[in-house]
Parts: sequence; C-alpha cells; structure tokens
Amino acid sequence: MPLILTEEQTMLKEAADGFLNENAPLAHLRKLRDSRDADGVSRELWRAFGEMGLAGVIIPEAHGGAGLGAVEAGVVAESLGRTLTPSPFMGSAVLSARVLVEGGSEAQQAAWLPKIAAGEAIVSLAVDEGAKHAPGKITTTAERSGNGFRLNGSKAMVLDGHVADAVIVVALTENGLTLFLVDPKTAGMEVERTMMVDAHNAARITLSDVQVDADAVIGTVDGCEGLLEGALNLGRACAASSLTGAGDQAFLITMEYLKTRKQFGRAIGEFQALQHRAAHLFSEIEIARAATLGALQKLDAGDAAAPLAVAVAKAKAGRVAELAVQESVQMHGGVGMTDEYDVGLFMKRVRVLNELLGDAGFHQDAVARTQGF
Amino acid sequence: MRDLEDFRAEVRAWLETHCPPEVRGPADSEDASIWGGRKAVFATPVHKAWMEAMGAKGWTAPEWPSEYGGGGLSREEAKVLASELRRINAQPALLSFGIWMLGPALLKFGTEEQKKRFLPEIVRGEIRWCQGYSEPGAGSDLAGLQTRAVDQGDHWIVNGQKVWTSYADKADWIFCLVRTDAEAPKHLGISFVLFDMETPGVSTRPITLISGKSPFCETFFDDVRVEKANLVGTLNRGWDVAKYLLAHERTMIGAMGEIGGGRPLGQVATGSIGTDEEGRLDDTMLRARIAELEVDAAAFRLALERTGDQMKAGQAHPAIASMLKYYGSELNKRRHELLMAAGGIDALEWEGERSHEGAAARDWLRTKANSIEGGTSEIQLNIIAKHLLQLPGA
Repeated sequence: MPLILTEEQTMLKEAADGFLNENAPLAHLRKLRDSRDADGVSRELWRAFGEMGLAGVIIPEAHGGAGLGAVEAGVVAESLGRTLTPSPFMGSAVLSARVLVEGGSEAQQAAWLPKIAAGEAIVSLAVDEGAKHAPGKITTTAERSGNGFRLNGSKAMVLDGHVADAVIVVALTENGLTLFLVDPKTAGMEVERTMMVDAHNAARITLSDVQVDADAVIGTVDGCEGLLEGALNLGRACAASSLTGAGDQAFLITMEYLKTRKQFGRAIGEFQALQHRAAHLFSEIEIARAATLGALQKLDAGDAAAPLAVAVAKAKAGRVAELAVQESVQMHGGVGMTDEYDVGLFMKRVRVLNELLGDAGFHQDAVARTQGF
Repeated sequence: MRDLEDFRAEVRAWLETHCPPEVRGPADSEDASIWGGRKAVFATPVHKAWMEAMGAKGWTAPEWPSEYGGGGLSREEAKVLASELRRINAQPALLSFGIWMLGPALLKFGTEEQKKRFLPEIVRGEIRWCQGYSEPGAGSDLAGLQTRAVDQGDHWIVNGQKVWTSYADKADWIFCLVRTDAEAPKHLGISFVLFDMETPGVSTRPITLISGKSPFCETFFDDVRVEKANLVGTLNRGWDVAKYLLAHERTMIGAMGEIGGGRPLGQVATGSIGTDEEGRLDDTMLRARIAELEVDAAAFRLALERTGDQMKAGQAHPAIASMLKYYGSELNKRRHELLMAAGGIDALEWEGERSHEGAAARDWLRTKANSIEGGTSEIQLNIIAKHLLQLPGA
C-alpha cells in the first residue's frame, strides 16, 4: 500500500480540518481556559463531533459509527493536534471505543458504543498510576467479592475522567490484568479533576473498596493484556498523529513569522542561522509524518510488526514535535514567550502528548527489546 | 499489464538458472563488487556471467525502456524483481554510476542517437562511467567551475582539472561539466558533455583518503578533444542537466546507509559487549543511543518509501531529494559512530585478518564523506530553505 492518504482519507482530513477551524480553533481552547469553564471541555462540541461522524470513526456501523480504521482515526487526531482542541476523542473515541469494540459484551457495546459515536457519552480509560506510563506495573487490584469484584488503588492521567459517564479501570486480578467498566458515581470512587499545563483535563481517581458486579468485566478475567495493548497501541499511534499535527502547525506558524518579522532591515528568515534550523526541522517533520502513517497503516493491516512501528512513530513524532515547539518559541523571540502568541500553547500541548501513553524513552526501550538488545 | 504473480514465477525460475550460489549471500570483500567496464576485474568467471546474464535481460536497469536495453518493467514489476533478488540474497549484478546517475539524465535530456548509443552499453556493464563535477575551486559552489571548453567548429578543446572524481582511474568514459561561455552569468555558461577517458590529454591521480583507501581521483584535462555530438541537452544550459542528475545522486546517497544491509547495530553491540541478565545490552548509555538511532532509521526508511510513492503519484517536489540526502547521510555517519562505540577496542584495529584489514574503522571514516559528496549537508539545507520553505533571500 502506498504511504500516502487515499482520496477518501484526504477528504476526511479536509472535513476534519474544516470543521475544527470553524468550530474549535485555538480561540476555543483559550475561551475554555480563560473562562475557567467548569468542565474544561465542551459537550456541545462533542455532540457536533458525533453529528459529523468523527466521534464514531472506528466504531462499527452497526453501532452507529463510521466503521473506519486506524488511519482515519489518525487523520482526526492530527487535525485535533493542529487546533489543540480539548476533546474526548482520544479517551472515548479511540481508547475506550477500541476496548469496547474488541472486548465488550453485546450489552456493553449496545449500551455505550452508539452513545460514544453520537458524541453523547464520555468514557475514560484509567490505566496510568505513577509518574510515568507503565502498563506493565499496574498495582490497582480487583479481588473477588460477592458476585463481583472489589477494586482498590489509584489512577492518574485519566483523560476527561472528571466528566466521564463511565470509566474503564485496568486492575490486577489473581492471574493477570482485567478491565472493568465502572460507573464513576459508585461508592468508593473519588474523582479529582486535574487541569494540566495545556489547559486540557484529566483526573486522578482513587478507588477504595469499589464494589462492581461480575458483568462489569470487559472481556475475560485475567486475560485482558492483549485487549489493553491493542487499545494502547491505537492510542499511541493517534497520539503520534496529534504530535505530528501540533509540531507541524507550530512550524507553519513559525515559517510565516520568519517571512514577516524584520530585524536589521530584513526578514529574519533571510538569516542562514535560522534557515538551516528551519530546513532541519522540516526534514524531521516529514520523517515523523512517514513514521506515523506507516504505523497507522500497519495497525489496519494487522501486521505483526505493527507494535514496533507504533513504538517508532510515538518516539519519533514525540521527539520531533518537542524540537518543533522549542524552535518555534525561540525563533519567535520575546513574543514567543507571551501568552498572547499561540506558539506557547503548542509547546504546552506537546509536553502533555509526549507523556501520554509512553514518552520517547519508553518507546525506544520497546524498540530495543524488540530488536533484542 | 502481465499478472504480477506470473511474473514473479517467471523471475524465480530464471534466477534459479542464472544466479548461482557464488553470487548469493554477503560478498566476501569489496573486491567482489561488480562494476563492469572495459577494464573490469571480476572475482570469478561466475561473477562475470552473472553481470552478463542480468545485463542481457535488461534487469540491471529494470525500469528503463527495452528499446535502450533496459528491462522495460513497470514499477510494480520492478518491485517484484527486487524482492526476488532480495529473497535469495543475490549480490548486485552491476554497480554503476551510469545506471544511477547518467542514465536518468540521458533519458530526459539526451538525443535519440545518444540514448541508443550509450544506454545499452551501460545496462550491459560494458562501459564504466565517472562524474566530472567538482573542481579544486568549485566544491559547494559547483556552478563556479572553471574547466574551459573552447569552440573549434565541430569539436571543443577542453582544459582544466576535476577533483573527487570517484573511480576516475577505473572508468572508461566521463560525464563532465565544462564552461562553454566564460562571459555569461556562472549558471548560464555551463555545458554537460561526454567523452572517453582514453582521449589524449586525460590523466588521473588517485587521492588517499583518511580511510587509507583511494576511491577518489584528481582528473586533469590537457587539450582534450570533445566531439560536439556528445553534448547532452542545450549548449550553455548544462546546469539543468547537472541539477537533474544531482537529484538522482542525492537520493542514492541518502538511501545508501539504509539499503546497505549489514548486521543490525544492536546485534553488533550485544555480540561485542554482552548482555545483562534480562538480555539487555550491558551498557545502558550506549543502548539508549542505539535505540534512538534505530527509531530514526526506521522512520527514515518509511520516509524513503513515502517519497517514492509521492513521486509516483506526482505529489513530490523535486527538491525533496535534498531532504533525503541530508537526513540519510547524517544518519549513516551516526550509525558508524555507534558501530565504532559498539566494537570498542576491537574496532580500532587497522590491519590484520581478525579485523578484515580494519574494515570497521575504514568504513567509519569513509562515511564522513557522505555529508560532503553530492553536495554538503549545508548545501542541502540551503536548497530546502529556498525551494521547499521559500524563505526569503535563500
């Protein structure tokens, strides 16, 4: 398959870019932030996402979705990276939707997938616990109790967890990992909103003897590692897309600035010191873009090398976006440090996306393991 | 178009007959490489037969039109051929500047007569070409070249000096940039000409590099007669041909580190340094650097593939070759720095059988030219800034 978007995928990209530029440009993020919005994310916009068919991009048509794949999800994620729009897309439409599509019971799917596709429900995945993403080191436990389980532990970086209608909790059971679909209003669930540096939101959740029924289990008890990994990999590839989008957008804004800002009587883009850095950054972004699309395509093809490709993409896109936003602020000079200019917003968002679902170090370690060193 | 799987079966059967074990698997040494030409030296008669069989098929230049001796294959068929050759680890039947650089330029700018004359003997490996571009005073500023061609009616007399001419001492013919108008602005007085290296007045002197090897020469022209029929493209517009050819050269250099094969870096490192109880390289700092490089390399391979796909779809800017050249050559230098670190003390040996005559160290030093030859990294960045980013004054 050629490493370029198909005509249909290009149309989706144009539709997503167009929709976001009109309905949720950077001003939308600033408004939510500056008005100290109670949710920090717009339910109205999420419903519009549903109406556009973007919330259900990977949800089967039978459940009200578009029935598309990883590349299409990545296309939407890249658009969201360009406008920095706070959206339940990653948490609900990618991570949770993928878990439910692949592992949910008929009842769970019927209850939640159509609502996610319509932009009516927000479902969050609670996996991280410590300072770093480490799905191999889960300590939250679920012990058998009554006709169900009793959950104990604490979670962090639960995307949109403070406004979630349901939370998928990853917990250790006797012989492995199990996923539980939990109502956040259940006794013992303590949800604390965490406003992050990029004005997006996540939650810390403490679970103290949270009692759930057996039908809260998604998939099979002790057997959810593959299900979780599949969802995380889709999320990582989409995060790589958002990083590429954010890095590229900051780069484009900065190229405009280099062409218009004058010092010493000429455009600063005439200075070779800046030209070479810009050209290097351009090269890096092109390469990150190829790595990201390669990973998304491999996920769709069910390629055995997809996990490696995802690790490459998340590590590469993360490092490149980090370079892009640093260069953007530096090349803007003093105004790049002001809240009024947009480049700082990209720097903040990229920091969060880098930490999300494993940073470059996490994924480079995975690459080394896969290659046997 | 023929069915691709039929074609695959056809290729496979043909290779069974024509690609013997001697030319499969890693080459014993650099001397086993097949470059062809009038002065060709073959490691064994089998190597010669391999080149001739592939050349007769046109499969040394699979996508060139068959009327000029090429394979006449579609891009998809050529991919099948390449994958079948890879599958049996076939050694390249012909390494050739004629195929990589001159051929594409002749196909685009050459006259019908020139194509008919020069392309088939390139495909069959009968004539080995070298590239007369750089001069002592014209490196990065290539268009500042001073080698002079003076009009003598039906021919020119050429005087001047070239440098960094790869394998000039082994080549039969040269494609060469000469100044045919000394008064015009520098880009508008250059012509692209071809001549035989045996023409009286041509001499070469190999240059010993820091690797101890001499792949490059100084080349001198002393009243060399060049027929006007051997002008490629328009008189004084040789810069257009030169640039077109450079894009091919740059893509080739950029891809070199990634298609070169060789043992994976991580394997080299664990082999020489060892692993901890969890199987990780027993040097955590080096492990992190290698992992970072492997991520960049894997991403770059996808960028190479993507660029090829974009070209095919008509979506690529020609200057993208500069991005591939810049990134690929810097990456290859990094790879060899890490190979030296992975080899440690063992990689320091310069002579002797154990180190294959210092292969690691010599290869490491050779790669330092990657970001200089075919236009320095800085020149590539200039081109990106000007043509892809449209920065002012670039």
